[in-house]
Amino acid sequence: MAERDGRCARAPSTTTLTVMSVIDVTDLRKAYGGRTAVDGVSFSVDEGEIFGILGPNGAGKTTTAECVEGLRVPDSGRVRVAGLDPVADHDEVTRVLGAQLQESELQPKLTVREALELYASFHRRPADWRPLAERLGLTEKLTTRFAKLSGGQKQRLFIALALIGTPRIVVLDELTTGLDPRARRDTWQLIEDVRAGGVTVLLVTHFMEEAQRLCDRIAVIDQGRVAALDTPAGLVRRSAGATVISFTPSAPLDDADLNALPGLASVARKDGRITLSGTDDTVNAVLTLLARSRVTAHQLRVTDATLDDAFLDLTESPA
Amino acid sequence: MSTTGLVNTAVLRTEFRLFRREPAGIFWIMLFPTLLLAILGSIPSFREADPALGGLRPVDAYVPVALLLGLIIGGLQGMPPTLTGYRETGILRRMSTTPVRPSALLAAQMTVLGAASLVSALLTLAVGRLAFDVALPGQPLGHLLALLLALAASLALGALLSALARTAKIATAVGSTALFPMMFTAGVWLPVEAMPDLMADIVGWTPFGAAAQALGEASAGHWPGTGHLAVTAGWAVLLTAGAVRWFRWE
Repeated sequence: MAERDGRCARAPSTTTLTVMSVIDVTDLRKAYGGRTAVDGVSFSVDEGEIFGILGPNGAGKTTTAECVEGLRVPDSGRVRVAGLDPVADHDEVTRVLGAQLQESELQPKLTVREALELYASFHRRPADWRPLAERLGLTEKLTTRFAKLSGGQKQRLFIALALIGTPRIVVLDELTTGLDPRARRDTWQLIEDVRAGGVTVLLVTHFMEEAQRLCDRIAVIDQGRVAALDTPAGLVRRSAGATVISFTPSAPLDDADLNALPGLASVARKDGRITLSGTDDTVNAVLTLLARSRVTAHQLRVTDATLDDAFLDLTESPA
Repeated sequence: MSTTGLVNTAVLRTEFRLFRREPAGIFWIMLFPTLLLAILGSIPSFREADPALGGLRPVDAYVPVALLLGLIIGGLQGMPPTLTGYRETGILRRMSTTPVRPSALLAAQMTVLGAASLVSALLTLAVGRLAFDVALPGQPLGHLLALLLALAASLALGALLSALARTAKIATAVGSTALFPMMFTAGVWLPVEAMPDLMADIVGWTPFGAAAQALGEASAGHWPGTGHLAVTAGWAVLLTAGAVRWFRWE
């Protein structure tokens, strides 16, 4: 997966020593009526970074994002957005932060164009909504009322509204929910372009492909805590079975030999095909084993584990 | 910066536009009270002086009632479902992530519904005058004052119901239920002037019963009784305090 590694290499867009963090979350805690949603989350996001918050449903992702947006008051801990307190300095924060929320609608009889114009009017330096609407494929729908839009169209309008104030920071909660594959890819490209313009992006998602493609770094949140914080490639590397080797042997291989391979995380056999996961050491040892046993490996494939594998590994509940 | 103020012209324009797209709201608030007056006024016996009404014709007595009806429908039927829906579907929440405070939506709703109610009142006065020869209020300033106090009470009651109802469905049900006693006290079934003394006294302590009596006095050319004005104003203050106390943005 050279593409992913390449992406990581160019991740911090500013190479000087003056990279500033624009979002700082320190030991954030939030409970709802005795049920702990966020339990000591800390992370900081650099200017111009796309930072992902990844986690299973109910892990505390949205609560964390809402504390950053100033929609919720933390029980304890510190949140700073561009140096401001999202609760105490709410007005100032709304001028630098754009938010795309989950489960937040618009007036049913408001048209797309009216919504764009209305939300543009809220900001001092709004973006021109026309190119934004075009980018998001909303040009045909400008006179359509909100209630008549499809789920994907609504979602694209929400993204437009989050970006319309030309924010320095944008928080996107479940960015591509309800979008078809093409619209999803177009949206990802848009977010990359927005970042290229210097905007910092906080992306809440449970969608691995999205996190892997867009994020410079990811905080994996599980049960209200940060389970891991790394680049996508780093997360994959640190999972137990980072490399997957699969092949169909020309002659049977002994289980004992396979189990003795160094760094091995798992073995699976299906329809005469063997799938191993492990480390780079495992790869070398398998090749040696095959040569020594004079077994040919048909359709030999060596691939990196995906972020999915790493995610499942990291969020396995100890309970 | 004007965008952070309580009144935001873009929000107001938007809410006005949205109100125009609600034919049911326009009918019930702006047309129904006048229509009711027209129907009653077209009954011949309603155009004959009635000693029980102190020599007024029933159609004369029904003009203040129809005025109040428009205000009551605007406050109770118009506002709670809309505002509760805005809260329920996260519209207020989305707005609170922008430099505009969600209170701008509340203010815009009150302005639009208040204006619609006043237009409804003007229409009623005009039709009463032109079609049924009902005299215009003899004490216009007192009449306007009583009308504005009644409007404030109605909007405050609507805001209080919006604050207390969790969902738009509940808000609609509660608003409709509250509508009938309010209409009764305003004299829709029996003008306050025609009520038995005891009933009129009790109704005089309700916001719209007091307003109806104040409007009746002003129509007859007198400055409305301080007691009636004070009762309506008192309710407006009390209901506003309750709405402020219990209103939640989400």
